[in-house]
Amino acid sequence: MPSAPAPIIGRDIDKSFRRQTGEVVRALSGVSLDARHGALTALVGPDGAGKTTLIRLIAGLMTPDAGKLEVVGIDVTADPQAVQDRIGYMPQKFGLYEDLSVQENLDLYADLHGIPAAERARRYPRLMEMTALGPFTARLAGRLSGGMKQKLGLACTLVRSPELLLLDEPTVGVDPLSRRELWDIILRLVHDEGLTVVLSTSYLDEAERCGHVVVLHAGQVLAQGAPAEVTAHAARRTFIATPPAGRSARSLQARLLDDPAVVDAVPQAGRVRFVRTSAADVDADGGVLAGAVVMKAEPRFEDGFMVLLRQAVEHRQIASMTLDPASAPRGDGVVVAVQNLVRQFGAFTAVDHIGFEVRRGEIFGLLGPNGAGKTTTFRMLCGLLPATGGTLRVAGADLRYAGAAARQRIGYVAQKFSLYGQLSVAENLDFFASAYGLRGKRKRDRIDWAMTQFELAALARLPSGQLPGGYKQRLAMAAALLHQPDILFLDEPTSGADPLARREFWRRITTLAEAGVTVVVTTHFMEEAEYCDRIVILDAGKVLAQGTPAEIRARGRADARRDPTMEDAFIAIVEEARAGAHATGAAA
Amino acid sequence: MSAASSGKLRRIVALMRKESYQLVRDPSSIAIGIVMPVMLVLLFGFGLSLDVKDVPLAVVLEDSSPEARELAAAFQLSGYFKPRLVPAMTDAQTLMLARDVDGIVRIRPDFSRHVAIGDAQVQLLVHGTDANTARIIEAYVQGAVNQWGSRRNAEGRPVASPPVTVRDRMWFNEANDSHYFLVPGLIVLIMTLIGAFLTSLVMAREWERGTFEAMFVTPVRSGEILIGKTAPYFVMGMMGLLLCIVSAKYLFDVPLRGSVLVLTGVSMLYLLVALGIGLLVSSVTKSQFIASQVALLVTFLPAMMLSGFMFDIHSMPTAIRAITYVLPARYYVALLQTLFLAGDVWSVIVPNAAVLAVMAVVLLLLSRAATSKRIA
Repeated sequence: MPSAPAPIIGRDIDKSFRRQTGEVVRALSGVSLDARHGALTALVGPDGAGKTTLIRLIAGLMTPDAGKLEVVGIDVTADPQAVQDRIGYMPQKFGLYEDLSVQENLDLYADLHGIPAAERARRYPRLMEMTALGPFTARLAGRLSGGMKQKLGLACTLVRSPELLLLDEPTVGVDPLSRRELWDIILRLVHDEGLTVVLSTSYLDEAERCGHVVVLHAGQVLAQGAPAEVTAHAARRTFIATPPAGRSARSLQARLLDDPAVVDAVPQAGRVRFVRTSAADVDADGGVLAGAVVMKAEPRFEDGFMVLLRQAVEHRQIASMTLDPASAPRGDGVVVAVQNLVRQFGAFTAVDHIGFEVRRGEIFGLLGPNGAGKTTTFRMLCGLLPATGGTLRVAGADLRYAGAAARQRIGYVAQKFSLYGQLSVAENLDFFASAYGLRGKRKRDRIDWAMTQFELAALARLPSGQLPGGYKQRLAMAAALLHQPDILFLDEPTSGADPLARREFWRRITTLAEAGVTVVVTTHFMEEAEYCDRIVILDAGKVLAQGTPAEIRARGRADARRDPTMEDAFIAIVEEARAGAHATGAAA
Repeated sequence: MSAASSGKLRRIVALMRKESYQLVRDPSSIAIGIVMPVMLVLLFGFGLSLDVKDVPLAVVLEDSSPEARELAAAFQLSGYFKPRLVPAMTDAQTLMLARDVDGIVRIRPDFSRHVAIGDAQVQLLVHGTDANTARIIEAYVQGAVNQWGSRRNAEGRPVASPPVTVRDRMWFNEANDSHYFLVPGLIVLIMTLIGAFLTSLVMAREWERGTFEAMFVTPVRSGEILIGKTAPYFVMGMMGLLLCIVSAKYLFDVPLRGSVLVLTGVSMLYLLVALGIGLLVSSVTKSQFIASQVALLVTFLPAMMLSGFMFDIHSMPTAIRAITYVLPARYYVALLQTLFLAGDVWSVIVPNAAVLAVMAVVLLLLSRAATSKRIA
């Protein structure tokens, strides 16, 4: 097709919504974009940037308030059906019919697209091979793992070759292994089949793999072009600092974030990667960087993105947090001890003889793919679920049987937002303060503290169900800290959060840890493991690896071309373990 | 053109197949579509009866004359009463207060004397908490007394100024068997349950689970989605109708005096109306919980209370009677009662069926309009 129409031409698109409260939210304002034929285009931006709205407009599921939008040469506003006949679309949460089998879901979409039997016979085996779903065709879609569901969703949109494939955050909530598999599929489609793909993502490392990126923020396009053009914004401003002996990378990173001359700082392999506001050389002899060895670094897409974001958002200090003095008891010692912990659900073993220890003031990470047993372990630690076997002590007691006094020492933030959506921010805090037994002046003080430290005061009267995502997370954490626990459990706290919100979150966690609060956290963002003092990697209910981030990272040193990332190490460890399990399974 | 229409047909068939799989595999659909109708049949057939029989009655016999004894015997011989003879009014009152009896018949000491002079009276006290039953008991007692009077007349010793003999006969329900009108009502309930209540859940479920979003971006048209949704539930509703007709005929011995064909035809019309309501409610609310509540309130409860199957529409207050005119169930009940108990009375069938047909068309068009392939 030499003269195929441009897949997407959008000019000055506006789109607003009315919230239930009546206020109007501008989701997109003046967005213009183009996508290239036969290439991979990424819409990149934090949560709430307008990515999903834009994709739905392109798919003809919504109409723009103003502007022009042409998709595969058709005005999508005038004739959405003509566009829908030609394109493939995978929504963020692909609505598979869970009570239909894998095969039945595929057949449904093949019928809807009118694919003849001969074409199916040719196409199905390829889809099965690509997604590795072949052995599961008879399984109900509801029984698939998260990653497999995403792959099936992708397969359903690929029952024929669409003129344009739209993917809305295809890898959100998917573990690193499945994420890599999904990307392999997408890249093959683009490179081998010349498919035109437009996808949205909040994973910045994914944008680097695309031919063309559109950077969105707060409904506006910040930049558009090759990923290298975005990366170039951080050129000559990116550095890596090695902290002096005796100082942790995490604390150096926290200090750097507080520095107004620094755009961004993240821990990386025991060092700190940071981007400065100007390209000037860094003098390492004064200030926060005293004693640190600073080297120039090759900028990444994320660095360029953060520079753009900082220019767009007026520079706001990432909130560091102050704690009440003497909030947490000091001293060393083991606060969480787990030995041979087992949990079975019927014949299924969710947690299989795991053991680890967490010491006071540590940030301890539980990492693992979906279904590894992280949440189950968490619930047992918090006394929400009885263990089938083994021993566990949290703050010297088994919380399942311990009284209120022991429970008073822990704070728990569940994976799902579990505050009362109908109650306002202030009412929620008031309720939780009372639930923790605070009253009188102390209660008022603690609520004031939470409102200030988490910057919730402006939103105090808003029903918490209507808070933007990042603020829900803050409120949940504020509620869990009201009673000044000395152990904080956080289950997937940064899932679905944008890079700014995640930095903010970790900045707070660092402060808590420095004040002696023990933090146990689960995450599937591998780079976040860098913030932890120690981590365990779980898969299929077993501990695969345990140690400091540096120790774990070293296990991924399989190919020596570049420093292994946490994600490389993670994938290597999980694959090694699964291969081993296969081997023993075959031998047995 | 033919390629386009074969694509359309294929899509509709695919959607119907998908819907049928879901229907069969979802336990809640099975519960509403099969278990509940069967339960209703059993409940209405065996548990619920509006007939009044074996009324516990206290007979206070203060007179020991043969006339008084004869009258008391009349109560004892009747199949409608379970009389208890008590000597004093106070005993009867105690029984009444304990609700051991539903009524008191008092035969005064001077009964025989009054019979002789021709102005005999019997006092009747009825427990009035259930007005319907009370009225029935009243009529029964009246009947029993009349019977006693007419027997005396026949025997040639008339009660002076003989009581008016009321000869009543219930048309269409000679046996005064409440199954005769409960079973047609049952059909209304089951068709409403499957047509409106079950379908009210299915569109909303797709919205809640986000399954529509991906499907919208395919060549499928919203009309096709609607047909794909309607057809399996239509079949299920017709199965419910079959269940009712079979149980009416063989379980409850209710006669079907009209033709099965006409019955099937008008039932299809009503089912389409119910499906239209269900789909409309579901498309508008987009939430299973709200949709089920709305469907219950606008279809199932009115079908039970206001359609004329349980309570006579003519005896309702004017305002409520006005409301019944917008209820499709009202027209369907009229059709069912006519078809089952009277026969093919066209003067009843044609206007009622016409109203249902108009409602079906309007509702299906509305639900078509409510199902646009747009998000929010």
